[in-house]
Amino acid sequence: MPAPPSYPAKPTQVYFFATCLVDTVYPEAGLAAIRLLQREGLEVIFPKAQSCCGQPAYNAGFPREARAVARRQLRAFPRDLPIIVPSGSCGGMLRHHYPYLFAGLPEWEAAQRFAARVFEWGEFMRHVLQVRLEDRGPPLRVAWHSSCHALREMRIVEDSKALVRQLAQVELVELAREEECCGFGGTFAVKQPAISAAMVGDKVTDIQGTGAGRLVTGDCGCLMNIGGALAHRGLAVQGQHLAEFIWERTHG
Amino acid sequence: MGERPAFDFRGNILRALADGQLRRNLQSAMDGLIRKRRAVFDDPAELEALRTVGQSLKQAALSRLPALLEELEANCTANGIQVHWAETAAEANRLVLAICQGERATRVVKGKSMVTEEIGLNHFLADHGVEVLETDLGEFIIQLAGEPPSHIIVPAVHKNRDQIARLFHARIPGAPYTEKVEELNAIARRTLRQKFFEGQVGVSGVNFAVARTGSLCLVENEGNGRMCTTVPPVHIALMGLEKVVARLEDLPPLLRLLTGSATGQIVTTYVNLISGPRRPGEKDGPRELHLILLDNGRSRILADPELRQTLQCIRCGTCLNHCPVYVRIGGHAYGFVYPGPIGEVLTPQLEGLARAGVLATASSLCQACGEVCPVRIPLPDLIRRMRTDGACQGPGGPEDGCRPPLWESLAWKIWALVNTHPGLNALGNALLGRFGRRLPRRGPLAAWSAVRTPPRFAPKSLHALAVKEGLPHE
Ligand code: SF4
Repeated sequence: MPAPPSYPAKPTQVYFFATCLVDTVYPEAGLAAIRLLQREGLEVIFPKAQSCCGQPAYNAGFPREARAVARRQLRAFPRDLPIIVPSGSCGGMLRHHYPYLFAGLPEWEAAQRFAARVFEWGEFMRHVLQVRLEDRGPPLRVAWHSSCHALREMRIVEDSKALVRQLAQVELVELAREEECCGFGGTFAVKQPAISAAMVGDKVTDIQGTGAGRLVTGDCGCLMNIGGALAHRGLAVQGQHLAEFIWERTHG
Repeated sequence: MGERPAFDFRGNILRALADGQLRRNLQSAMDGLIRKRRAVFDDPAELEALRTVGQSLKQAALSRLPALLEELEANCTANGIQVHWAETAAEANRLVLAICQGERATRVVKGKSMVTEEIGLNHFLADHGVEVLETDLGEFIIQLAGEPPSHIIVPAVHKNRDQIARLFHARIPGAPYTEKVEELNAIARRTLRQKFFEGQVGVSGVNFAVARTGSLCLVENEGNGRMCTTVPPVHIALMGLEKVVARLEDLPPLLRLLTGSATGQIVTTYVNLISGPRRPGEKDGPRELHLILLDNGRSRILADPELRQTLQCIRCGTCLNHCPVYVRIGGHAYGFVYPGPIGEVLTPQLEGLARAGVLATASSLCQACGEVCPVRIPLPDLIRRMRTDGACQGPGGPEDGCRPPLWESLAWKIWALVNTHPGLNALGNALLGRFGRRLPRRGPLAAWSAVRTPPRFAPKSLHALAVKEGLPHE
């Protein structure tokens, strides 16, 4: 199992790695994450050449294509700055799988150094920036969804929850099967659509049972899956990325 | 071996998902097993330390497997055990049959053993006029039902009490209808006890074989295993090559991991340590004891340093219990003997990627399996490896005629092209933002949209917004 990271002192500049889903489907979540970093006094750099971490191809069994894309990311973040990722899953890919992906190749050392600079957004907010959040929103019950890679690979779920718990008016409720996968799994959702549908169906029922008005998660893959299923069932529960949720509750 | 004739994974999955009773049976059984495991491993630090020990013991044994097996053979032989080597399933079956025929045996009693399922022993013997009676309660139930096991530890886990009650009433002559567990147990016991004394040969598996002492370790809870290995005049034990460990001292941690992970027990009711046939002056035990060492593809698996980890498996079944896919589709859907995460990894290696590679799609790579495996097999990594080999991108290259669909290879090539060229990426994002909502719901999007609203691509990507916000974007 991966060793826990060592956290640096608060820097003045950071890189932001948007992830492809935030880039194309949830840019407002990315903007919120960036603004919250800026609010702590950081300069946030958004490298233009960044794209996807490569995980979709990697997990589908196409490491050659994944490596080609990953190589681009290694080059897109050249300076020795922390790389902040608003996703436990992409974070896990960058931190734990890049070294594996480049094992035995010339880029291996670069991948190691890159991996050591990667932090999931919430973990960085909590451990490095040690943020104090002031809740300005109305009372709200919120269900939390842990992505599998945030939970088992990055192990940062407690950090995400700790941020939510700082919000005085927010009641955080836990799902009965919090540690069970929502059924996204990248290409799994389209290669095994029936199983994936059964999984997300159960997840939605679980969420419904909590009476929460909002479903918050740190991963946009899960968000797209669960949020899409919530909407498809016509439920009023809104899915939201952690950063966007915190921004909404604390700014202004 | 042992699989149903045509393997229709998709059909199996749809049928299983439509079976509400199956889902409820599995969920309650898996919840129970997960709870029990958690209770027995209540100290996480201690569990992690123990897993590390288990992993290193199995890895050490695998790293010198040929030598250990030779040592095992020598010491077993010295103990009076007759050792046989079987390279294939067919060879192992023929060896068992030959021993039965030498004894003029027509009735075999069998303890629970996955390796005999792997080689399809029951069918083979039945085809040659030898009747096999399963004596493990779960195996007995599914044998009555004419079904293969659906779980490697709890073979009848897909059935609940009512279903078993109806089955006993229908299939066991004179059995009254009852839903009381004790009465059902009593019926099974009565039926089985008589058969033990009629059995001319006992067949069992092996959990661990100890090279240095030449002894076979078998754990169980019903005592039927002990009966099978001591009552009939001849006992045949079958094991996969990977079951050997070096020393007797290796057993306590491995047994604790096995029973804790499998059933949440600190120790099973019976721990059998068999070190030879009956010796002069002894009151019980078989006259003859045979050990069959089965390869069936294992040496090939051993040769690959990454895939070798598959052979660490101690068949505890806990990766099945924790798998969100297994709990929804059950073991039969996987179509072969080994279901769940370990099946997704082991079956394609045993049966070939062309036949069974599709099993590796049945995982969201949620990593629940890898987190609990008592010998730390990196199951998610190995599932990914199966996918990679299936896509002809593994270190071994293309194998047994398995090819990914052309459209998929092409799709990933385009994906890579777009994601390595910022200009193309920007263009793609802009197009998605403009037309993404009007994409036809075909192919992957149709599968997605059956139970979800389609993703709503943003009119402006974060790349575009970052420029607008004036972020430094070197
Ligand atoms: S792979 Fe691990 S968890 Fe699964 S059955 Fe084997 S030992 Fe148990």
